[in-house]
Amino acid sequence: MKISCDINLRHLTRVEGHGNIRIRIESGAVREASWEVVETPRFFEAMLVGKKWENAPWICARICGICSIGHTLASIRAVENGFGFEPDTQTNRLRLLLKHMETLQSHILHLYFLVAPDFFGTGSILPLVETHPEEVQRAARLKLLANDACDLIGGRRLHPTRTVVGGFTMLPARDELRHLHHRLRAAITDLHRAGELFAGFSIPDFRRETEFVSLHGEKEYPFIGGDLKSSDGVRRKEWEYKEMSNEYCTPQSTAKWARLSRASFAVGALARLNNNFSLLHERARKLAELLQLEPVCHNPFMNNAAQLVECMHVVEDALLLIDRLLAEKPGEPRRKVRPAAGRGVGAVEVPRGILYHMYEFDEDGRIVRADCVIPTAQNHANIQHDIEALAREAAAAGMGDRDIEHFASMLVRSYDPCISCSVH
Amino acid sequence: MPGERNYLGVPAPRPKAAFFELSSCEGCQLQLFNNEATLTEFLSLIEIVRFREVMTGGSDEYAIAFVEGSVTRPDEIERLRAIRGNAELLVALGSCACFGGVNQLKNRFSDPRFAARTVYGDFPVATMEARPLADFVAVDLWIYGCPVKKEEVERIVTDLVVGKKVVHPKYPVCMECKANENICLYDLGEPCLGPITRAGCDAWCPNNRFGCWGCRGPAEGANIAQLEEIMKTRGFSAEAILDRLECFGGFRDVADELRKKTDERGRSPGA
Ligand code: SF4
Ligand code: SF4
Ligand code: SF4
Repeated sequence: MKISCDINLRHLTRVEGHGNIRIRIESGAVREASWEVVETPRFFEAMLVGKKWENAPWICARICGICSIGHTLASIRAVENGFGFEPDTQTNRLRLLLKHMETLQSHILHLYFLVAPDFFGTGSILPLVETHPEEVQRAARLKLLANDACDLIGGRRLHPTRTVVGGFTMLPARDELRHLHHRLRAAITDLHRAGELFAGFSIPDFRRETEFVSLHGEKEYPFIGGDLKSSDGVRRKEWEYKEMSNEYCTPQSTAKWARLSRASFAVGALARLNNNFSLLHERARKLAELLQLEPVCHNPFMNNAAQLVECMHVVEDALLLIDRLLAEKPGEPRRKVRPAAGRGVGAVEVPRGILYHMYEFDEDGRIVRADCVIPTAQNHANIQHDIEALAREAAAAGMGDRDIEHFASMLVRSYDPCISCSVH
Repeated sequence: MPGERNYLGVPAPRPKAAFFELSSCEGCQLQLFNNEATLTEFLSLIEIVRFREVMTGGSDEYAIAFVEGSVTRPDEIERLRAIRGNAELLVALGSCACFGGVNQLKNRFSDPRFAARTVYGDFPVATMEARPLADFVAVDLWIYGCPVKKEEVERIVTDLVVGKKVVHPKYPVCMECKANENICLYDLGEPCLGPITRAGCDAWCPNNRFGCWGCRGPAEGANIAQLEEIMKTRGFSAEAILDRLECFGGFRDVADELRKKTDERGRSPGA
């Protein structure tokens, strides 16, 4: 059957920020298929110009309410790299632990609050409070654990207060770290259950060959700093981030777009996992098996499965980090840094993919130029190409309007786009 | 809304509430879901009829509109006016909505196109100065903070629903900080706006050994000249004071004054 449809979805729901989906099919031919970003820009890179280095992490956290910890850490890393400062092991461990808890928090929020309603056929999580109380409680429990851990280490779950250039303003109490360890062990059972739930969902069968970009892990699944890698074989150093992202402006979007070896590439949980699968901890790998997730996976809907696998990985890794922190005497929380002229880049894997902050400083440590490359901005072009492919498949299969709209929305959602952050 | 909630001791329906965001990080909205322990209780207070970030669908019939974010584009003025037209009560949620928030940091450049040029080059984008909601519509209630504190939102919403008058603390953050028996940041060699900033956050930052940046705006009778004096005698630069005063927009007038007096180096690249 040659179908016709005209979908014009303004301000897609259950995503962070404002984006539109437009699909027009006429007698089986795709006339238009587009993903548009209409968010208002906030000009963070300009705001920073003329500001002293100490402002950067505090201001940049506000680029995004969901990944404020990731932005803070990328910003701190860019400043420290710019000044030639190396954080000590204790600081590195605490930062990674904090990062892990943000990943857990964000992935659980996305999987349960934003994605799960699609599979249960509800508009939001609210009806599930009545029909699936156990699942909702599980989600709340995991999210609460992660949020409490962020409070404990970063001072606050959103726009953290303890994270500063040079280290932390204060350290978490050791008995609280022990308590966190207990709760994390209990979370493993919850994540197994979550795995069973998501393994039961029928993931749309869709595949489009894609280039995946992420940090490259040497010995550990990577989250903070290191080399950059693409599944098409490109390798770069952290400070060469621009050659990896190649941002450009397009009339379709107030967020910039990015490309590398092909017309577009993807970042995020699926990209990290595709590029670093062998570095996942044991339980995480088992969970991947249960979810039938194998590298290299080219189905963007499987990003949700990858997120769940990462939840398990970060919980396992957090347990190890706490063991190591408790095995040693606590050191000084922070060390002094000396500002210097230069350029610093910080690459951090935030929940939605690789994030870069770059600052150029004058000799007093005042910012002369700033650049922030956001994961979702890197994904926009790829989402566009996916939507086109999806529209073509839908046209060929003779799908109905409502189904097309449903799948297209789910497709965009599976990227967990953080649109306001991508426009910043 | 007032008067309807209780009829002969029988509780009346929950007020319908909607959530909106203009230019923001969406952090304040997220805060409402960030306290899992009290989430269901909070949800029982009001009936949420629109909340794009977490639900599909929605209705335009609501009594209370919570608006997050500042106004930075002409189309946002239109959206805001429409929301105002629908709502009986409009709440400015968070410092972006109350004062312009971090977004207004770009207003400090004397060349209004500087920000757009820095980020987009010659590529055309629509923008204007970042402004608080009250510059365009009447605001009935302010909830301060970047981010807002969930406990405070819950208290305010409860007061609203039971028809109690909402009151904000008039005293400064220092009072809460001292009650919490924190070591004063000044004694640790760090600057802090606690003496002049409106309390209500329970000294969130100083509790974590981080100086206050004034995200909640001025306390009543805030003596800014005195704070400048304290900071100067402790050896902090005028720039360090200004950085904090201008960060969230709550001290807009003083910050504008101080900026004129301060060393301009690197500060107005748009000049
Ligand atoms: S006030 Fe702060 S937390 Fe709230 S939306 Fe604005 S930037 Fe985000
Ligand atoms: S730390 Fe700040 S808020 Fe606390 S007493 Fe000192 S000046 Fe006041
Ligand atoms: S201590 Fe100051 S900056 Fe921190 S939350 Fe309170 S008012 Fe805002």
